[in-house]
Amino acid sequence: MTSPLTQARPGSVSGWIHSVETGGTVDGPGIRYVLFMSGCPLRCLYCHNPDTQHMHDGTRTTSAEVLDDIKLYAEFLKRAHGGLTLSGGEPLVQPEFTAAILRGAKALGMHTALDTSGFLGNHADDHLLEDVDLVLLDIKAFSEKTYRHLTGVPLRPTLEFAERLAGLNKRIWLRYVLVPNLTDDATEIDGLADFVAGLGVVDRVDVLPFHKMGEHKWKALGRKYMLGDTEPPSRELVERVRGQFQARGLRAD
Amino acid sequence: MDTLLMDGLAQATEQQSAADPWRGFAPGVWRRSVDVRDFIQRNLCPYEGDAGFVAGPTARTTALFAKVTDLLKQERAAKGGVLDADTEIFASITSHAAGYIDRELEVIVGLQTDKPLKRAIMPFGGWRMVKTGLEAYGYTPSPKLEEVFPSLRKTHNDGVFDVYTPEMLRCRKSGVITGLPDAYGRGRIIGDYRRLALYGADFLIKDKKAQLASLEVSRIDEDVLRLREEISEQIRALKELVQMAASYGFDVKRPAATAREAVQWTYLAYLAAVKEANGAAMSLGRVSSFLDIYIDRDLRDGVITEAEAQEMIDHFVMKLRLVRFLRTPEYDQLFSGDPTWVTECLGGMGLDGRTLVTKTNFRMLQTLHNLGPAPEPNLTVLWSEKLPEGFKRFCADTSIKTCSVQYENDDLMRGYWGDDYGIACCVSAMRIGKQMQFFGARANLAKTLMYAINGGKDEVSGEQIGPAFAPITGDVLDYDEVMARFEPMMEWLAKVYMNALNAIHYMHDKYMYERMEMALHDRDILRTMACGIAGLSVVADSLSAIKHAKVKVIRDENGLATDFEIEGDYPAFGNNDARVDDIAVWAVERFMTALRKQKPYRNAMPTQSVLTITSNVVYGKKTGNTPDGRKAGQPFAPGANPMHGRDKKGAVASMASVAKLPYAHAQDGISYTFTIVPGALGRTEDERVDNLVGMLDGYAAQGGHHINVNVFDRETLLHAMDHPELYPQLTIRVSGYAVNFIKLTREQQLDVISRTFHDKH
Repeated sequence: MTSPLTQARPGSVSGWIHSVETGGTVDGPGIRYVLFMSGCPLRCLYCHNPDTQHMHDGTRTTSAEVLDDIKLYAEFLKRAHGGLTLSGGEPLVQPEFTAAILRGAKALGMHTALDTSGFLGNHADDHLLEDVDLVLLDIKAFSEKTYRHLTGVPLRPTLEFAERLAGLNKRIWLRYVLVPNLTDDATEIDGLADFVAGLGVVDRVDVLPFHKMGEHKWKALGRKYMLGDTEPPSRELVERVRGQFQARGLRAD
Repeated sequence: MDTLLMDGLAQATEQQSAADPWRGFAPGVWRRSVDVRDFIQRNLCPYEGDAGFVAGPTARTTALFAKVTDLLKQERAAKGGVLDADTEIFASITSHAAGYIDRELEVIVGLQTDKPLKRAIMPFGGWRMVKTGLEAYGYTPSPKLEEVFPSLRKTHNDGVFDVYTPEMLRCRKSGVITGLPDAYGRGRIIGDYRRLALYGADFLIKDKKAQLASLEVSRIDEDVLRLREEISEQIRALKELVQMAASYGFDVKRPAATAREAVQWTYLAYLAAVKEANGAAMSLGRVSSFLDIYIDRDLRDGVITEAEAQEMIDHFVMKLRLVRFLRTPEYDQLFSGDPTWVTECLGGMGLDGRTLVTKTNFRMLQTLHNLGPAPEPNLTVLWSEKLPEGFKRFCADTSIKTCSVQYENDDLMRGYWGDDYGIACCVSAMRIGKQMQFFGARANLAKTLMYAINGGKDEVSGEQIGPAFAPITGDVLDYDEVMARFEPMMEWLAKVYMNALNAIHYMHDKYMYERMEMALHDRDILRTMACGIAGLSVVADSLSAIKHAKVKVIRDENGLATDFEIEGDYPAFGNNDARVDDIAVWAVERFMTALRKQKPYRNAMPTQSVLTITSNVVYGKKTGNTPDGRKAGQPFAPGANPMHGRDKKGAVASMASVAKLPYAHAQDGISYTFTIVPGALGRTEDERVDNLVGMLDGYAAQGGHHINVNVFDRETLLHAMDHPELYPQLTIRVSGYAVNFIKLTREQQLDVISRTFHDKH
């Protein structure tokens, strides 16, 4: 179903996607069309979508096709005070594809959110970021050692990206996955909270309790899940960590 | 009446009020002729605020509800869930003495029989049904009743079976048409119960007498005779209502003069209806914004407090939760959990653009907080994007906490039915007091598709049910070939179906006329012949599989296509994919077109619904393997829902597919049941409320007609299956109504659990 409008639309870029969730409510404000893109350079121990790590495990498509589908929901999402969230995987593995979709979504008048680890922040040029209303930034740990153990890559690029976003006055929702005995170190979290508060653009902090809902996917992929024996954090621990952010004047849920 | 002089007199005594029941009300046409809408339009107090004002339960409410809870517990423990049943006298408006739960505590009184939860005998639908019902629950009907039925008094059921044709009987037996109201009351008629409160019975009887006089015409033919007899019966019913009310100490000959009387009068009118008519759905209409006018007047006059206003509504609702009918176990299996569909509509917008939301809409929702969740009354919010934000949020909050609310698109329906319609049963809109429907259950469209493939033979029994058109003989189903056979099979089914409904409603009018409900209607009303379809998503997916994948036929030794093998993928309904959604839209329009060619009884207007109630389980049981890959016996999806687990793109895509189904061709309603786990609706309570409001706005703007909202985890349901005693009030929305989860059969519980839960985090 190629409409004349689609043909006329310049700059359709091909890319790889994993799946679509049209009724997302936890990846940005309101009800959202969440596009899960495939490919991610991180190898997080707790990854709950390990099937999105390899780009070519996804489906090949074009930004024009993706936008044709998004367009079907634009009205609904606007009424529901939501919009589009690009997630994954890591959208910045495919910066041109991501930029084209964001551009198209803005042309449809939609609110846009980019869900990223920030590791590939330098793939996002200022033009791309101009089409992003909100960055859902995952800072998965605050020491190089923990970060590298958890994700397999260095932390530095993510922090630099966060600072760059602050310089552009780009709004951020910080996401922090709380894993007992892995990312619950109080000192490290204090450091992160100081850093985040200092950015001045973080509107809220989502402290996400670790869960094992992705475990079966690891098994299906024939890979070993390292956190099989880790339990979700206690309510007290979650409250303590939220409190650490709240103590710096941040909204933390 | 000089109402202005009376305005603001707080010390008005009961007697003074009774002498001037309309004091302070803006005059209009409503004073001269029966016109409740005009009264509402001139006196309504729209409320744009939030739920901050609502009151919790009074001590009296808590004490009374404890008694009700105890009664309900005893009922659940009793054999077949029937606490008590009459065996001696059949029910009428005046058959039983006044009954109470606790006279000291009840602010609003009246029971169907002399004791709470004691079921009455209503034999005019069919004696056998009553007898089987009594015996199933361990009661023996009085021998004197056996002498009356059916030898002295024929019933609706006897009449229908006198005229059914062999073809109708075959269709009924095979299940291609199921659930026909040929042995039970059709229901889905809403009396305008508000009329008793506003006018009093004397005024209404006078009006009915004038109607009778208007039928002293020169040519008295069958239509006139029938209507004259009906109106005479209506007058008799109104007189009996007066007598019944008097047994509770009320003079309903005159209008209600206070808020408490208005609630009591309205309830007594409804009570009279459920004392004598055992309709499948006995809906209430749209009473709360009407009652609000009275409550507002008493609040302004300082004669009641907010807590007392809430108390009246809480007590009214307790009564509505106790409405019971004696039905057979088979009937309850079909519909689950003993529903009565006391549907009450809240919200909506006026034709003039004002909202019809009032504080009493809030008070009605508040009963779910004060008394806990419950399936009845079936609270239905007429949703519009323009509803006040505070009301939207209270609705969403109540939905999330209780799963006891359903939503129907007022922006869609207002154009068809104006701004004083109610919902009968689940999704059937009708102008109150001006319209009724002939309830027609539904045709099994999935089975019809199988008949098209098998040349009219039933895929389960092998019997020739439909016309012996040429069956499909190829090994792979060809889309055009299947369609060329499906269309004439639908045409055939529409014909048998409509004729069967004509037989049923002719006999129902004759032997089981709802005189009380019809006494609260105008003389001339619009009647719809409400047909329905089941298995829409099975049909759409089957045709999609045939068109977009390769469907091989597997035949049994008699050459009957009994199974299918699908090679490749096909787009399934529920993913907002035009390739299959268009087929679903086509099926709805096509069957409606076939129905419109028929001639319904009493010049009714044919309509259809896409609604299964919980019979999607029973329909599935009766239908063999289908070309979409569904296995024999597996439940259909409820109503217009996509098949379980086939909607893979999330909630909004699923809603978008359903919203495409054309209301213009399904004016009896399109039901969609939506289940979401709390975490998938948002992270905080506030966000969940916001997001549910957003979803409802989006769905309504797309043209979706109806949506049930359930917010719970699968784990909760699994736990409730094993520990029903811990979940006496767990309420879930099914198809157009709500049920007590623990009252469902195990099979139905499993069906609910297997449905798509939107749970992406």
